[in-house]
Amino acid sequence: MSEYQRTGVLSRGDLLQMPSEAQLEKGVAFIECVQEIPCNPCVDACPVHAISMKDINAPPYVDFDRCTTCMKCVGVCPGLAIFVIKVKGERAWVTLPYELLPVPVVGLSVEALDREGKCRGWVKVTRVVKAKKTLLVTVEVDRSLAMDVRNIRVRA
Amino acid sequence: MRIRHHPILDFTAREPLPFTFNNKPFTGEEGDTIASALHAAGVKELTISQTYHSPRGFFCGIGKCSSCLMRVNGVPNVRTCIAPLLKDILVETQKELAAPPTAPYIGPGKRMISTDVLIVGAGPAGLCAAQQAASHGAKVLLVDENPRLGGQLIKQTHKFFGSLQERAGTRGIDIATELEAEIRKYEQKGLLSIMAESTVIGAYEAAEGYRFGLVKRINYQTQLFDVRCGAAILACGAMENMLLFPGNDLPGVYGAGAVQTLMNVYGVKPGEKVLMVGAGNVGLIVSYQLLQAGIAVDRIVEAAPTIGGYHVHAAKLRRCGVPIKTSHSIKEVYGKSAVEGAVVMQLDSKWKPVPGTEEAVPCDTVCLAVGLTPSTRLLSQLGVMLEYIPEAGGFVAIHDEMMQTRIPRVFVAGDASGIEEASTAMIEGKIAGCAAAKALGYQVRAETLAVFIDEVGKLRAGPFGEKPRLAKAKIEALTREQHV
Repeated sequence: MSEYQRTGVLSRGDLLQMPSEAQLEKGVAFIECVQEIPCNPCVDACPVHAISMKDINAPPYVDFDRCTTCMKCVGVCPGLAIFVIKVKGERAWVTLPYELLPVPVVGLSVEALDREGKCRGWVKVTRVVKAKKTLLVTVEVDRSLAMDVRNIRVRA
Repeated sequence: MRIRHHPILDFTAREPLPFTFNNKPFTGEEGDTIASALHAAGVKELTISQTYHSPRGFFCGIGKCSSCLMRVNGVPNVRTCIAPLLKDILVETQKELAAPPTAPYIGPGKRMISTDVLIVGAGPAGLCAAQQAASHGAKVLLVDENPRLGGQLIKQTHKFFGSLQERAGTRGIDIATELEAEIRKYEQKGLLSIMAESTVIGAYEAAEGYRFGLVKRINYQTQLFDVRCGAAILACGAMENMLLFPGNDLPGVYGAGAVQTLMNVYGVKPGEKVLMVGAGNVGLIVSYQLLQAGIAVDRIVEAAPTIGGYHVHAAKLRRCGVPIKTSHSIKEVYGKSAVEGAVVMQLDSKWKPVPGTEEAVPCDTVCLAVGLTPSTRLLSQLGVMLEYIPEAGGFVAIHDEMMQTRIPRVFVAGDASGIEEASTAMIEGKIAGCAAAKALGYQVRAETLAVFIDEVGKLRAGPFGEKPRLAKAKIEALTREQHV
């Protein structure tokens, strides 16, 4: 039994793939979907066929080099489990799916939350894209937080 | 208690509807049920226990239990959780049990309906069954207890898992709209009739085919129908499980379905702070829906040592700061006339309470998401062979791969045939719809059925499909045994 099955929180060791520094600089879709569940819309959503699955129950595999960070998979994933991560020097940009209120706008300072919902600091929203009713929100974070920030809290 | 702003759903104010409750003026909104209007006005107490004289609220919220029976315009025992609110009605709490009627039947005389296929339940399974049966030429009568079609789909704000064929990536509410639009086309062609707010109350003997009694509710009165059909598909879903603990009947202890119905169909907050019991997919999904509706979830307790639902659902909650306590359960609920809080406790590896771990959780709502039991009463009355299969959630009808029970031309589909989820329910409905049409002599290509059977097999192939796989294997073994 993995710890995440008890807590609901993934640790680094649970993640099936890790992009290289060069791939992170280019930008990648990062999928935090480690269980065998019957679901595959991300595979169909990817216009460059960068996401593959052995069968519908297998966890997705991302070809990081092929990924263009178009974010189509982020908007379609039923588990809200796909993030886009891009780094440059000491800065990083995390795009995350957001289906709560209040709605963030570009330039707003929001709390950056990790996988346990802990606040890791205040960050700026740099982009908000609508994928039907899911908002794809990009926040600029410190490079060291690129693999930790997975949610935001918007104060009303 | 109204939700006005929601990230997915639109709850702009609708036409106000005045009504009277226990001699006091109230106002609900167009589209409300009586119970949702009362809840929105802060009234959670709907009935009084005849034995304990204690207050009761509703539990299931979808017309399955009987905790919401009230007198409406003088008519006793109205299920207020599914009865639409009408202007200027008189609603009263029943102080005592309503006297049984003296006439054999109250209401207008019965009417006859004859059809090829009767489908009971217009959830994901029933809607897909109707679509398939009608598309193969069969005349279909689709019946549902609720005012709106779609069953539990109309409460699902999340995008569905599964494959593209089963509309993965589309929200449940949108799937309901799409499926309804498809069957409305057959309705326009005269191939399909839909009866909402109607309950199939029993199966009766018939010289040929099958005969069912059906009651349609019209303004709290009923109209009886005598339905004759060549085949029947029972896609009547499931009932929420209850847990035994002191205080479990206090208003504010709700089934997950009731919470979803109140907040996602009627736009009414079940409460301000919720304790969720159960970390299966239902408990996790409803917890997230509560957050979306602006309602706090204090924590989720799960008696099992691991989270039963998908990790991705759990992760969404954890990153919003909602704790999930595995090996924890509810001990009791406290409160005078409604829930004021609950006591939770830790369980050891043998699922026994660990002394000294009790913790009080102040909250106004306790939501139970502790599994479902298939609805099999009609099947039972028909004399269909039922077996107790724990992996299927209780007693289920023995059925073959075509979803046919041991009684010819009587089919099951969806949760009524064993608890699973909506994607597989949709495919089971398609199979039953095709098979029913075929059994009545309509042409159905063997490949059509083969594709559906292959798809449902693929969806069940992973570790999360283990339970339904086991259940279906047991059912299949019993089917074979019976044929020997």
